[in-house]
Amino acid sequence: MRFLFKTHYEQDLELFKHGGQKFWYGLLLLALAAAPMVFPEYFISQLVFVWIYSVVGLGLMLLVGFTGQVSLGHAAFLAMGAYTEAYLQQRGWPFLFSLASAAVVAGLTGIVVGLPALRVKGIYLSIATLAFGFIVEEAVTRADGITGGNSGITLGSLEIFGLPINSETRFYYVSLFILILCVLGVMNLMRSPTGRAFVAIRDSEISAQSMGIHLARYKTIAFALSAALTGIAGALYAHKLRFISPEQFTILQSIELLIMIVIGGLGSIYGAIFGAAFWILAQQLIVTAKDWLPPAIGQQTGLQPTIFGIFLVAVVLFEPLGIYGMWLKMRTFLEIFPFYRKGMFRRQKSYMKSERLK
Amino acid sequence: MQFLQLVISGVAQGCIYGLIALGFVLIYKATETVNFAQGDLMMLGGFLGLSCMVVLGMPFWVAFLATLAVAMLFGMLMERALLRPLLGQPAFTVVMLTIGIGYLARGLVTMIPGWGTETHTLPVPYKDEVLRLGSGGDALVLSMEHMVVIVVTALLIAILFLFFRYTKLGVAMQATSQNQLAAFYMGIPVRRINMLVWGISAAVSACAGLLLAPITFVHVNMGFIGLKAFPAAVVGGFGSIPGALVGGLIIGIAESLAGFYLPEGFKDIAAYVLVLVMLVVLPNGLFGDKMRKKV
Repeated sequence: MRFLFKTHYEQDLELFKHGGQKFWYGLLLLALAAAPMVFPEYFISQLVFVWIYSVVGLGLMLLVGFTGQVSLGHAAFLAMGAYTEAYLQQRGWPFLFSLASAAVVAGLTGIVVGLPALRVKGIYLSIATLAFGFIVEEAVTRADGITGGNSGITLGSLEIFGLPINSETRFYYVSLFILILCVLGVMNLMRSPTGRAFVAIRDSEISAQSMGIHLARYKTIAFALSAALTGIAGALYAHKLRFISPEQFTILQSIELLIMIVIGGLGSIYGAIFGAAFWILAQQLIVTAKDWLPPAIGQQTGLQPTIFGIFLVAVVLFEPLGIYGMWLKMRTFLEIFPFYRKGMFRRQKSYMKSERLK
Repeated sequence: MQFLQLVISGVAQGCIYGLIALGFVLIYKATETVNFAQGDLMMLGGFLGLSCMVVLGMPFWVAFLATLAVAMLFGMLMERALLRPLLGQPAFTVVMLTIGIGYLARGLVTMIPGWGTETHTLPVPYKDEVLRLGSGGDALVLSMEHMVVIVVTALLIAILFLFFRYTKLGVAMQATSQNQLAAFYMGIPVRRINMLVWGISAAVSACAGLLLAPITFVHVNMGFIGLKAFPAAVVGGFGSIPGALVGGLIIGIAESLAGFYLPEGFKDIAAYVLVLVMLVVLPNGLFGDKMRKKV
């Protein structure tokens, strides 16, 4: 086990806590950079999906995992980002500007959605996001002058500073780079006063308010930032698929995004990335498994929701920190071997906190 | 006449929303959790009724009662097996669990032979019958399906009202929803009561599913109608039983009128626009009590 001997306050602020972390993350980065040279193109294409979903997961994690506000309409922000990107690209905007605009447009809609947060909270807020998700879905379908309606919209090929992004490998590097920027951004945000305020709101709104945190303002900021990250992911998503239509951004998509980060592990950046990796990997495994399963099971369309549903229920019941929790337990087990005890990560029970004390 | 016709079909649809919202509200009042699987319980009700009638060959009203009984058992089992271990966990955990249950149910239903992904018709005895009031060109034509929905909902509400008002069990449920700890001190078995509340709520949703089945057919995505019951519950005030019903009716009528008088597309989002306006103007709903949290 490692004990950190802190001699400076600056050490608390460092991104990497010790040399070991620098070494392992450096190695990981090298491995990711080398991946396209080793793995087949199909695998790389799936990895791109992992990176894009990780960015969405980060956005959603910021809101759900760190600020404690449940959003049931995140697919709407994804749609905002994707359609802004598609629309601006048709007008010939360079990628960097259109990507930034996608983030800004989604972020502004995030502020609009956060507005009810000025007056309502808890479950009412999630219902407001749900309502908003439906309205955006319908609006996207109807505004066929901009979005192409139900027949969808096709994106042209991507070009950055004159360099055409015409292969999976190149797009892999673009999306990986954006993901790393987003992760660093969120890490920095969570060390800042704003990020601390988010966590305080999650843990107890009343105590946060008592310490001078303006609840509505910080919730709106959380909504805006979360939506902006999701918008960036939406722009990438549009370029990855090359074709977007309203049925990709339904309420089901919103729920699936939520399920993804819960399985990954709420309340940590790792959780967002683990969740995305699990989501894509499990889908691929299920598709592969269909071939050797008996046709009575393998050909069922409900196979995938069933498996993900079972996973979600199991995670909620047995492993509240999700995949990240498993990883944490395993690491602790190895680090302090042989002193690991069963009850080390037991979750605390509390009396039910009633919201309606009169 | 046309206006009246629209209002009546809106009321019928609103009754369905109201019943599902009632399911939410019952559970919310008793346990302060929001059950996102309510719509899927409704779908399950539709499929159970289908199996009772088509596979087991029961007559409609027997199948109706059997479905309610099975749904109630299912709801109680769900509470006992999945939700009770999470007692004392944050609300979000439980919400996520119910979302998971709903997601799982939608997957599982497609795998059951005879249910699957196709749409089915529930062979009810009153299918395609109409009731004619008045004569000549402006006669009021009411479809039997809509009338049955309205009548059965009214009956169900009356039964529930009498149950909560006059039976020992109903009063115990009210006491539990007002203050769990005090109820527990009075010797009320709070956990068992909560289990029963889940059972009743599941039965009410299954009833909504059976009533809706002749109008929209039985299929896997029937449960998404449950998502329209959220606006109904919010408009009425989330913790109020009459509110749930009134909210359902408002949503139903608004939807029906929007479908006719407003351009295409507004019908599907009328409920959500209404709920957003409501949340901004009157966040506690029409009948909701003002909630304030004290430390």
